[in-house]
Amino acid sequence: MNLEKVIFGFFIVLAATLNFGFFVGDLDDPAHHDIYELFAAIVVNFIATVLKFGDRTQIGAVHLSTSLVADLQLIAAAMVWGYGVHIAGVGMSPEYTAKVVSLSGGAMLANVVSVIILIAETIMQRR
Amino acid sequence: MKEASHHGTLFLAMRRLRAPLITLIVIFSVSVLGLTIAPGPGGQSMSFFHAFYFISYTATTIGFGEIPLAFSEQQRLWVLICIYMAVVGWAYTLASVFALLQDRNFQAAVETERFARAVARIHAPFYLVCGYGETGRLVCRTLDRMGQRAVVLETNSGRAGELELHNYVSDLPVLVTDASKPANLRLAGLTSRYCRGVLALTNDDNANLAIAISTRLLAPKIPALCRAESAEVAANMASFGTRHIIEPYAKFAEYLALALHAPNAYHLLTWLTGRPGTTIERHRDPPRGKWVLCGYGSFGKVLVEAFDREEVPVTIIDRAPAEGPGHRWVRGDGTGGNILERANIAQAVGIVASTGNDIDNLSIAVTARELNPDLFVILRMNQYANHDLFDAFESDVTVVPSEIIANECLAVLTTPLLEPFLEAVRARDDAWSANLLDGLIERFGWDVPTVWSVRLNVSHAPALYRHLMRNSAHVRLGDLLRNPHDRKQPLDAAALYLHRDDSDHIVAPSLDTLIRPGDRLLLVGRLAARRDFALTVDNEHTLVYVLTGKDLPGGLVWEYLARRREKTT
Repeated sequence: MNLEKVIFGFFIVLAATLNFGFFVGDLDDPAHHDIYELFAAIVVNFIATVLKFGDRTQIGAVHLSTSLVADLQLIAAAMVWGYGVHIAGVGMSPEYTAKVVSLSGGAMLANVVSVIILIAETIMQRR
Repeated sequence: MKEASHHGTLFLAMRRLRAPLITLIVIFSVSVLGLTIAPGPGGQSMSFFHAFYFISYTATTIGFGEIPLAFSEQQRLWVLICIYMAVVGWAYTLASVFALLQDRNFQAAVETERFARAVARIHAPFYLVCGYGETGRLVCRTLDRMGQRAVVLETNSGRAGELELHNYVSDLPVLVTDASKPANLRLAGLTSRYCRGVLALTNDDNANLAIAISTRLLAPKIPALCRAESAEVAANMASFGTRHIIEPYAKFAEYLALALHAPNAYHLLTWLTGRPGTTIERHRDPPRGKWVLCGYGSFGKVLVEAFDREEVPVTIIDRAPAEGPGHRWVRGDGTGGNILERANIAQAVGIVASTGNDIDNLSIAVTARELNPDLFVILRMNQYANHDLFDAFESDVTVVPSEIIANECLAVLTTPLLEPFLEAVRARDDAWSANLLDGLIERFGWDVPTVWSVRLNVSHAPALYRHLMRNSAHVRLGDLLRNPHDRKQPLDAAALYLHRDDSDHIVAPSLDTLIRPGDRLLLVGRLAARRDFALTVDNEHTLVYVLTGKDLPGGLVWEYLARRREKTT
């Protein structure tokens, strides 16, 4: 067992699960989507991205790119949330909730791809 | 991945900065999270938006104050902790970044990447020079003067640094690395389609050998010019077909032998292969008679063989005991007058100071001149740094290995026909050489002329080629060698050698020689004549003027009218 691999796998799966946790529920019901969960998903995604830095293999490159996609989508979701609550001043209206959640849904797809790559890599190595 | 070696800079940086970046992310997220939880004034805690805003300007020490409302005591307590965490986080990150920038591996990676990019940007023919010692410097300077590009590999960072101090017209990419490694050669553009030749000029025979074999295998079409000090390495290089092997001592011995039996051929050779921009001083010819040689090292041995071939008696002075019979051998140090006298210096006609020590060589020469003022002195200069001393002492010949190699390289690279011509000169008798040399010197003087080869084919001489293919009219060599500005004047150039594809050749072709398409010519003359000749064979109007004296009209309409006028008359 390799501690580095444990940490790596942990963050990638955690990023996907947190993302999923935020995403599930009615699309436009703010009660189903906790903003703290979005925050946690963003932070864990950032850490996962940095962990993927510096791998020169082909699979490492795909790993990094999926993470960057997830980051981008989640940052966009956070910005939409900030705009809705603080700038437009309408709070978490169903309309804004739907936007934020659908963006995080996109990020979740990227995170799922990342997890699939992780599994594929593990199976490939057979060690 | 194929070329992973030099793309690694960014990856290396990212890998090294992993830990500090994660630390920063954790510190930021913990700070923001705490601030959204801590109760503010009136029990209302901050939203993520405001918390992130506040932490962003506090952690980066910008500090706008407590925005949007004055903080509660609980919030201040948490912010106090955040400030110290953030300072530690930034200090750690900055320290990591600076450590990375200072890191030798990282600097080397950046340097390599910059070099690879500079080489890839060269879209003109270039030469790959391995070793920037004295020879490399001479070669680079001359290539630069001739408007050719070069790429330099050098192991010594000090010498590579000098390259930036020398003023070159074009930019010479240089990399501090071991040129004997194939990966580095590839990096320097060995397999590039613009690479015209590889020059292995390092002072390490084995490195030169490695470069030669890499070139042979990785880029078989590219000529490699390799310096070889020892005969074994030279033989090894020859065994796998290295295009040109340059042995500086053997080369000089060959020159000396030539000077002994055919002084005019020797002068012709030095005049033609001299470095552009220098003047050849015609020194007296080495006399035949008894010679004395001090220092029986690698150079001394080759010279003694040359003397033997020319049947010139030579007395050897060396500290080592005599090696084999056949020569008079005096044991001792040539710097002392008594040893020189024992070698009968008074009866000798010439002396060669060929030890590996410059000061000893000068000392030998000065002492010998005092004992016999008429001596012909050949001095070996090992280090170019001593050239002031050698200039002050007026020797007849000073042997500078680096110059011999540089001249040879440049001659081979820039004028491929020179080699067979010089070969032909050696085969002729000296009276023939004298005749040719006198004629040339009368026209061009002792300044080193421009020597160039030209192939009269469709890509290098399109106008002439088309003219020869279309009109079967005979074109004589003399018709071409006319000044394109005024055809009554001859061009300031002479043809030395004509090579035909069917391995036929004419040495010093006369002006009546008929030109055939595909001929290759070796020409000598002034630089302006080279440009004029290029214009003549390249431009149809100029060619017609030079051949017939007629000014061709330009453009279809005028050509049509001119043809009609010709028909009517």
